This record gives sequence, C-alpha cells and structure tokens, in this order.
Amino acid sequence: MGELFHVSSNPHIRASHTTGRIMMTVLIALMPAAIFGIFNFGAAALITILLSMASCVATEYIYEKLMHKKITISDCSAAVTGLLLALNLPATVPWWIPVLGGIFAILIVKQLFGGLGQNFMNPALTARCFLLISFTGRMTTFTYDGITGATPLGLLKSGESVDVLSMFFGTTGGAIGETSTLAILIGAAFLLWKKVISLRIPGMHLGVFAIFVILFGGHGFDLSYLAAQLCGGGLMLAAFFMATDYVTSPITKKGQLIYGGILGILTGLFRIFGNSAEGVSYAIIFSNLLVPLIDRVTIPKAFGKGGEKH
Amino acid sequence: MNKPMERLYNGIIKENPTFVLMLGMCPTLAVTTSAMNGLGMGLTTMVILAMSNMMISMLRKIIPDGVRMPAFIVVVASFVTIVQFLLQAYLPFLYDSLGIYIPLIVVNCIILGRAEAYASKNPPVASLFDGIGMGLGFTVGLTSIGLVRELIGAGTVFGAQIMPSSYEPVTIFILAPGAFLVLSMLTAAQNKIKMKAAQKGKEIKIGSGCTGTCSSCSSCPSGKKTS
Repeated sequence: MGELFHVSSNPHIRASHTTGRIMMTVLIALMPAAIFGIFNFGAAALITILLSMASCVATEYIYEKLMHKKITISDCSAAVTGLLLALNLPATVPWWIPVLGGIFAILIVKQLFGGLGQNFMNPALTARCFLLISFTGRMTTFTYDGITGATPLGLLKSGESVDVLSMFFGTTGGAIGETSTLAILIGAAFLLWKKVISLRIPGMHLGVFAIFVILFGGHGFDLSYLAAQLCGGGLMLAAFFMATDYVTSPITKKGQLIYGGILGILTGLFRIFGNSAEGVSYAIIFSNLLVPLIDRVTIPKAFGKGGEKH
Repeated sequence: MNKPMERLYNGIIKENPTFVLMLGMCPTLAVTTSAMNGLGMGLTTMVILAMSNMMISMLRKIIPDGVRMPAFIVVVASFVTIVQFLLQAYLPFLYDSLGIYIPLIVVNCIILGRAEAYASKNPPVASLFDGIGMGLGFTVGLTSIGLVRELIGAGTVFGAQIMPSSYEPVTIFILAPGAFLVLSMLTAAQNKIKMKAAQKGKEIKIGSGCTGTCSSCSSCPSGKKTS
C-alpha cells in the first residue's frame, strides 16, 4: 500500500525530510563502524577520521566561497563524504593522505561537476581509488595490534584459512571502518529502519555476489568460505553505505535491482578473477557510470500507456 | 599582419590544436608522461606536419578530388617513415620511449585536418607556416601537459629532480587518468584567460566600431528595430 500516493487539496502536511536530515542520519548510522574502528586501531584512526572530514568540509567551504556560490556545508554531505573516505583508509596512513583524498573527493569529483546531486561517481570511493593507485604501498599496509600482515581477504585469496568469527566482529586488520561486519550491520539496520535506504541495492549486491562465489569461487557450496568472502574486505560497508548513495544510484526500483546485480557480478569478477584481493570499490565506481543508462531503460510506463495492442 | 606570422599566431594561440581544436588526443593523452616525451612528440609531429603541408599544397592542383584522402595519406606516410628512420638513427632514446606512437602520426587527425582544411586550398609557403604554427601549438600543448604530469607524478622536470626528496610522487598523474585530469585543467585555465581577453576586446570594439548604420545591421531583426 506504500505505493499509493494520497492526493488532496492544500494545505499539505510537510515531511521533515531534507538533505541535511538524511545526511545526519547517515552520519549517525556510520558511528558504530567509526567507533569500532577507533577502538580497534587507536588514536591514529580518530585523527585520520577527523582530518578527512575537516578536509572535505573545508574544501567545500573554500570552493563555494571563491566561486560565490551558496555555502552548503551545513547539509552535512561533505562531512559524510569525509567520514566514508576515512573509513576506507588504513589507520596507519600519514596525515596528508586523508587531507589530499578529501580535497580530491570534494573539489574534483563533486564540485567541478556541479556540487551535490551532480557528481557522476561516488566522491569518497573515487578519492579512495585515486589514493590507492597513487600510493599503493601506503594504502595496502594494514597493521593490527602492532603487527603488519595481510588482511583476511588477502589470506583467503592466497588460499590460507581465516577465522570467520573474528572477521564478523572485526578484530582483524583492514581499513578503519570495514573490519567489523557487526558494527556495519547495526548502522545499516538503523538506516533501513529510518527508511533512508531500501534493501534493493545491498540485497541484490550481496545476493548476486554470493551466487557468483558459489558458482565460480572454486569452493562449491562451502558456507565458511562464503561467509568469509561476505564479511571480508569492504563489501558490507560498500554495499550498504556507498552503493546506496542517492546521487550515483538509479532512481527506479527496477533500475536499482539491475544496478545491484551488476555490482554483485563485478565484485565477484574482480575478487575471484582479478589480481588483487579486493575490488568492490572499482565495481561501484564502474557501475556508477552505468547509472544514467540504467535509468533510461527502466523509465516506468505512464498510466494508460502500453499494454496489449488490439 | 603578414601571412606567415598570422599563420604562426593562429596555430599556437588562436586555434591551438590541443587546447582549442582538441585534435590528436591519442598521442596527447598517451605519450605525455614526461616533458621530454611531450616535446619530442610535438617536434616530430611539427616536422612531419610542415613538410607534408608544403608537399600537399604543391601537389594540390594535380591530386584529383575523388582520391585526395589516399593521396594525402601516402604523402604523410612517406614523411613519417623518413622521420622514423632519422629518429631511430640519431635519437634512439626518444625512438624507444615514443614507440608505436611515431608510426601512428600517419593517422593523426591534425595532419590530415590541416591538409584537408588548409594545404589543399592555399599556396605552399603559407601552408608551410601553417604546418609550423600548428606543430608549435601542438608542441606547446604536449610539453605543458607533460611538464605538469612529470612534476606531480614523478617530482622531476625534464628528468631533473625539482621537488624536495620528502615529496611523495602522486603516481596516478603519470598513468592514464592523470592525462585526462591535467588536460582538462589546462584547457580550463586557458579558456579562463582567453575569455578575459575576449571580453576586453569586445568592450573596445563596442566603444569605437558599430554605429548601427552598416548594411549588415539592416538584415537582422534587432537591427531593423533600431533603424
């Protein structure tokens, strides 16, 4: 029944959904992952998060000030971008990496294309890929408990065994916000409850990815391998918080299902047949490019059009 | 302004092939990983462009219209082959770093474009200077892109270390995405400069030129209204 719109004469009741409010909700939903990251990796993680958010907000403010545009930092979208970017970085990066990433995300990916609502790629993820390509060594060194080692996903790629339970709770090495599946799921549940996101994109993404792993992963229907693939790397964070970004995902429901499916297939392809262990960020920015096309082919028929021809 | 100078100005500033016409994007994006490569590619193209422009201009009355494209390509390909052998003999390091992009100059659209648009309709000397002007414009474009990419992506300029040793090169700038980023930024910058200059020029023109009485004014609706 949620499909029906109530049509009436004015005065209308106004809903309180504003960009700022939605972004605030996303910020709150990201808190469990952020707090767990700080708990897991210590003060370095906190500093990285603060630097990244400050850099994003400052870049947005300075650009809009210089270009004599309306200052939009109060809608929190820059802060969300900054937090998402930081959650995708290892805690051990030097101070200038989150700052540079924040400037790139806001200035190049978002503002130069026209600001919020106009960017064709997810700013946080694009900045992450920019940093990953530029500083591969620094971006893939993950230290946990003072020991530098491969992430569980890396171990999985090289065929070693991993502890699925610790991956679920997040007591492993990795980027600040991606290790704890539990913390991410708590935030995602909050977003779903607040109806900020729907299950269509993340559900399809994870579902298709799971099928892909069963079919091509080389382990058959091995539940622990499947669980490790789902909990490992940035998949959960990406599926719930970055694939569902309003600006860079399709508007139509059918389109969202298609988009989620493409994401699942691409993530599986990059992870299983690619060189590196993780590929979900590339899968998302690649699918972002397909969004205008998906939206175009899934335009719903207007009422009264179509149907059987006599 | 006399013809050769006007052609040079046209090629370097007014119709710069890289930043204004957006021609020859394949070598522009692919070989500009360093300033040296950009300069080498630009000068190589300039030599070929000038020679082929002159040759095509001299042959313009003999070449039948129907087969002019194959004829142009034969002329260009001959010069490319000569230059390729010369590079291989005297500048082997440049030959190695430019690789496949030297033979690909044959299909560079700047060269065919100039042959079609200018050299096949104009006398040899003007065509020669048109080729040099366009080639210099291409060289300026490629060298500046290469300079920026090399500086940010490797911390050097023409191979000499410029940035302090603590500077960590942003490797993406010497990879493919960096080429697009730098090209777009430089194009935006030159548009900004040109727009300012154009606006200044317009103001002067309005002040001194049109009085609304010339014949071209009467043909447009807004002109009729005033007269």
